[in-house]
Amino acid sequence: MNGIDAHFRLKRRGFMLDAKFTAPSSGVTGLFGPSGSGKTTLLRMIAGLERPDKGWLTLDGKVWQDDGRFTRAFRRPVGYVFQDARLFAHLSVAGNLRFALRRAGAKEASTQGDEVVAQFGLGPLLERRIDGLSGGERQRVAIARALLSHPRLLLMDEPLASLDRDAKRDILPYLEALVRRADIPVLYVSHDLDEIERFADHLVLMDQGRVLAAGPMAELAADPELLLARDPDAAALLDAEIIGHDAGYQLTACRVGPHTLLLPGTLGMPGAARRLRVRASDVSLSLARAANTSILNILPCRIEALEPLGAGQVLVVLTLAGTKMRLLSRVTTRSRDALALATGVTVQAQIKGMALVEAAS
Amino acid sequence: MVEAIVLTLQLASLTTLILLIVGVPLGFWLARDTGIIASVVSALVALPLVLPPTVLGFYLLIGLGPNGPLAPMLAATGIRTLAFSFPGLVIGSVLFSLPFMVQPARNGFAGVGREAFEAAATLRAGPLDSFFSVALPLARGGVVTGAILSFAHTIGEFGVVLMIGGNIPGETRVLSIAIFDAVEQGDWGAAHQMSAGLLAFAFVVILTTTLIEKRAGGRAR
Repeated sequence: MNGIDAHFRLKRRGFMLDAKFTAPSSGVTGLFGPSGSGKTTLLRMIAGLERPDKGWLTLDGKVWQDDGRFTRAFRRPVGYVFQDARLFAHLSVAGNLRFALRRAGAKEASTQGDEVVAQFGLGPLLERRIDGLSGGERQRVAIARALLSHPRLLLMDEPLASLDRDAKRDILPYLEALVRRADIPVLYVSHDLDEIERFADHLVLMDQGRVLAAGPMAELAADPELLLARDPDAAALLDAEIIGHDAGYQLTACRVGPHTLLLPGTLGMPGAARRLRVRASDVSLSLARAANTSILNILPCRIEALEPLGAGQVLVVLTLAGTKMRLLSRVTTRSRDALALATGVTVQAQIKGMALVEAAS
Repeated sequence: MVEAIVLTLQLASLTTLILLIVGVPLGFWLARDTGIIASVVSALVALPLVLPPTVLGFYLLIGLGPNGPLAPMLAATGIRTLAFSFPGLVIGSVLFSLPFMVQPARNGFAGVGREAFEAAATLRAGPLDSFFSVALPLARGGVVTGAILSFAHTIGEFGVVLMIGGNIPGETRVLSIAIFDAVEQGDWGAAHQMSAGLLAFAFVVILTTTLIEKRAGGRAR
C-alpha cells in the first residue's frame, strides 16, 4: 500500500495511546487534537524516537516496524522538525546544514544545498552562530536542515508553536512554499486549527490517545459527527480556482466545481488555487432563490444531515449541487421547522461572507 | 631535580592520556544511564575523593606486588611485580585521578541532553557518529576541564606515589617526593624552588579551568 500505514499502542503512567491511521503518500497530513492527545508521541514513534509497546508502521509498503522489527531512528529516512528547533550549538548555520547533507548520501547534495539555502533565505545567515539567531531564523534553519537530510517523509512537530507573532509571520511564507512544493509526504502536528486548515490536505483527528477520524481535510471539517463541525467557529473548506477579476467592482471570480463564487478584492492570478473558508454562521438557507438580495453568492445544495447543537441551534450539513463538496450552515430550530428542513431537501445556501484560509496572524 | 620534573611530566601526560580514553566514555555512560549498576560504578569512581591516598596505595601495593592477584598474569609477560615501578605508578595515578576526569566529563555530557541526540538521530547520525560529532564537541568544556584537573592532580599526588612507587630516581621519584626528600635532607633551597614552581602551576591550572567553565557556561544554548 502506498503512503503511511501506522498502528501504535503505548501505555505509560496516566497515558494510554492506541492509534491507527493511514495517510496518503503525498501532500500534507495534519495531526490535530488538543494538548495531551498524543500527537507528538505519535510523531515520535513514527520517527523511531519512541518505542511503543506494540507498533506497526509501513511507508510505501516498506516495513519500518512490526512485531519483530524495529528500524532505529537513525536508519529511518525521515526529516524531523522539532518545536524547539534543536540546532547544534557548536556548529554555525552552515555547519548545521552540512551535518545533514553529509549524512544524506545524496549525489546531488551540493546543488540541492544551494537551492534550499536560497529557498529559505539563509544566505546571509550561513556564517552566523546559532545563539545569535532569532526564533524564526532558528526554525527556518531547522526546516532546511531536515530537508537536506533527504527524507522520504517529513515530520513537523508544531513548528510555529513556540514562535511569537512576528516570527510566525516571518516564517509562514517559507512554510507555505515548502508545503506546496514538497514532493514527499508531510505529517504536520498542531493544536491550532488555523494552521491545519491552511496547510493540510488530509487530516488525522486525535483525542486522548486515539484517532477519532482520518480523511480528506474538507470532508472531516464538515463532518457533523466530529467536534470540528460543532465548534462555534466551525467552517467548511472549499478548494477554488481563480478564473478572473472584475476591475470595476473589484471582485475576484473563483470556480468551485461547476459554480462560480465572487469574492471582494484581488486574490491572485487566474489559474491560482485558493482554499476558501466558509463559516457555518455565515451561511443562511432559503427554499427558493431570492430575487432581490445583496448577497452575491447563492448556491444550490442538498441537505445531508441535521444535527441539533443545543441552545435552539441546528447544524445543517449540505452538499454543493453537482459536487461532493460540503458546506455547513447554522440555523435556528425555529427556521428549521418553518422551512421544513429535512434530509434530502434542496435548498439555496446564501453565503454572507467567506475568507481565504490564513493561519493565525 | 630536572630528572624529577621530567618524570613527573611523563607520568602526568601518560595518566591524562589513559584517562581521556577510559574516563570520557565512562563519563558519557554515567551521564546517560540512571540504572543501579551505573550508580554503583559512579560511587566506585568517586572513592578516591574520600579515601586516604595511603589506603589506595596500600591495596595497590598488595594488588600489584609479587604475591598479588595479578602476579600470575604479570609473570606470563615476564614481569615479577609492578610495585616500585613506573608502570605501577601510572596505574595508581589513573585510579587516583579517575574522579577528576570522569566527573567533569559526566557533567559536560549531562548538559548536552537527550534533545541533541534525537536531532542527530533524525539526521541519520548513528550512536558512534553522534558521540564524536555532537556529544564530544558540546561537552568539550567538561572534557578539557577533566583533562587539566587530572594532569594537575597527578602532578600533585604524594600518598599513593609514596606507597606504591617509593623513591627511585628516574623511575618513581616525582616532584612531590623530591620535595619531601629535599626537606628531609635539609636542602631547603631546592624544596623552595620546586614548591614555588608547583604553587604557580596549581594557580594557573585552577584559573584556566575556571575560565573554561565560564566560557562553556556562557555559551549554553
